[in-house]
Amino acid sequence: MSNNSPPVLLSVRGVSAGYGPSDVLHTVSLEVREREIVTLIGANGAGKSTTLMTISRIQKLRAGVIEFAGHNLASTPPDQVVGMGLAQVPEGRRIFPRLTVRENLEMGGFLRHDQAAMNRDLERVYALFPILKERDRQQGGTLSGGEQQMLAIGRALMSEPRMLMMDEPSMGIAPILVVRIFQAIKQLRDEGMTILLVEQNARAALRLADRGYVMETGSITLSGLGRELLDDRRVQEAYLGE
Amino acid sequence: MIMSQAVVSESVAPVAMGWGDVLSQQLITGVSNGMIIAMIAIGYTMVYGIIELINFAHGDLCTLGSFLALTMVGALGMEAWAGMGGTAAVVTLLISSAVFCGALNWTIDRVAYRPLRGKPKLALLVSAIGCSFILVNIALFWGGLPMEVFGGGNQAAAPKDFPSLISNENLLGAQSAITVTWRDLFVVIVTVPLMIGLTWLVKSTRLGKAMRAVAQNPIAAALMGIDVNRVIGSTFLIGGALGGFASVIYALYNNTISFQMGYRTGMDAFTAAVLGGIGSLPGAVVGGIVIGLVRALSDGYIEARWTNSVVFGILILTLVFRPSGILGAKLREKV
Repeated sequence: MSNNSPPVLLSVRGVSAGYGPSDVLHTVSLEVREREIVTLIGANGAGKSTTLMTISRIQKLRAGVIEFAGHNLASTPPDQVVGMGLAQVPEGRRIFPRLTVRENLEMGGFLRHDQAAMNRDLERVYALFPILKERDRQQGGTLSGGEQQMLAIGRALMSEPRMLMMDEPSMGIAPILVVRIFQAIKQLRDEGMTILLVEQNARAALRLADRGYVMETGSITLSGLGRELLDDRRVQEAYLGE
Repeated sequence: MIMSQAVVSESVAPVAMGWGDVLSQQLITGVSNGMIIAMIAIGYTMVYGIIELINFAHGDLCTLGSFLALTMVGALGMEAWAGMGGTAAVVTLLISSAVFCGALNWTIDRVAYRPLRGKPKLALLVSAIGCSFILVNIALFWGGLPMEVFGGGNQAAAPKDFPSLISNENLLGAQSAITVTWRDLFVVIVTVPLMIGLTWLVKSTRLGKAMRAVAQNPIAAALMGIDVNRVIGSTFLIGGALGGFASVIYALYNNTISFQMGYRTGMDAFTAAVLGGIGSLPGAVVGGIVIGLVRALSDGYIEARWTNSVVFGILILTLVFRPSGILGAKLREKV
C-alpha cells in the first residue's frame, strides 16, 4: 500500500488461540485499514471463524495482540468490543429464532440509548433489505436462510459499527440471494464501512475485496491485493478450482 | 406428604358435603397449592431456559427462605402482631425471604455454576446436586438452633409449626359446606401480581429482552453487547426471589415447615415445570396449577398415599405423548 493509505483500524499481531490442549491459530497476523474490504479465505477448518471469534473476544486469546482503533482488546470482554464499534455477523447467522425480525434488529442496538438515531438506522437497514421490513413482525426462525443472513447483517449494523466482520455470509444460501448480499456488502463499503470478510466463495470474495489473506491450518500463508491473489497460481489451484 | 395435611383438615367441614361441594373444595385447595408450586416451578424453568440446567438446589433454597421467615417470627415476636400489624408482619416476611433467597441463589450461581460454564453439562448438574445437599444440611443445622420457634433446638429434623399470621376463618360463613379462607385469597393476591409482573419484565424490559436473547443464543447475545454472565446472574436472582416469596406463602398456608419441604415441594415444582414445558414461563404456571389440582383430586378421591404415583404417572404419560410438555411447543418462549 502507498504511504498515504488510510490508518489501520484493526491490527492482529502474533495471535494464538485454541480449544483444549492444542492451538487452532498459530501466531496469526493481519490488519484492516479504514474503509477497506479485506477478505480472509481458506479451506473448511483452517481457523477463519476462530480468528473472528478471537477478535470479538468470545474465544480466549493465548498469545499475541489485538488492537482496534488504538485500544488493546486483550482484556476486553466481548460485550464491550461491540460498544467500541467492532461488530460481527457470525457464522451460521445465529439470529434469535423466537424474537421477531424487529426485535432481532433492536437487540443489535442493545448498547445504544438514542432512540431517534436507532429508528433512523432501522430505516436504513430496511432500505438495504426491504424484505426485512415486510417481515418485521415475523419470528426470526421463520425466515429463509438468505433472509436470516440479511437479518444478521442488519442486526450487526444496528450497533452503529465502525467495522463489520462477516463470517461466510454466502453459506447455504440461494445463489440469487448471494448476489444480493454481495451487492449489499459493496454498498456498505461505498458508504464508508470497514469490512473483514471471511468466505469460502474465494472468487467472489477476492473480486470484491481490496486485499486478501489466505489461511491454512491456523496460519496465514499468503497475502496481497485482491487482484493479485485472484491471479496467483497457488490460490487458483487450491481455492478457485482452476 | 405435608401438603395433604391441609387438604385433609379442610375436608372435615361442619356440614355434610354433597359431591359438588367436595369437588369444589378440592378445586379450591388444588388451585391454591398449585399457585405455590407454580411460583417455585418458575425458578426451575427460568434457569433451565437460560443455561439448560435443572437447578436441583432450587427447592432447598426455598426451605431456607421459610426457615429465615420462622427465625424472624421468633426473633421479632411477630406472633403477637395483630390487625394491620399482622399485614406488616406478612409483608416483612415476604420481602425478607425474597431478598434472602434471591441473593443466595445469585451467590450459588456465582460460586458453584459460573466457573463451570463452557465445561460439560454433567459437571454443572453434579454441582447443582451438591448445592442441594449443602442447603439441606444448612436447613438441618438451622432447625437445630436453640430458638423457641424451632422447638428449642432439640429436634432439628422435626417439622416446625409456623404461626397462623393469616386467618383460617371461612369467608363464606361457618355454615357453608365449602371453605374459602383468607389464606386461599392471600395465595392468589400475592402470586398473580408477581406472575404478571414477571411476564411484563421478560416481555418488555431491557433485562427481559437480554434474558430471552441469552436463552436463545448466548454467543449471539454477547456479540450484541449483552453481558451474558450478568444476565444469567439476574435470572438466578429473580428466580430465587420468587422462590423466597413462595416459601413464605407455603409456610403461612400450611402452618408447618421442615428441612424436607424444599425437596418435596421442589419435586412437585420441577414436575410442574417439565409438565408445562421446561423453559416456558406460562408452562410453569399451567403445570403448577395442573399438579396442584391433580394432587388435591387424588388426595380427595383416591388416597393421599397414591398421589405421588398419580402425579408422576401423568407426567410420564404426558412426556410419552407430548415430549415438549403442555406449552412447550415449537413456539415456546424460553425464559
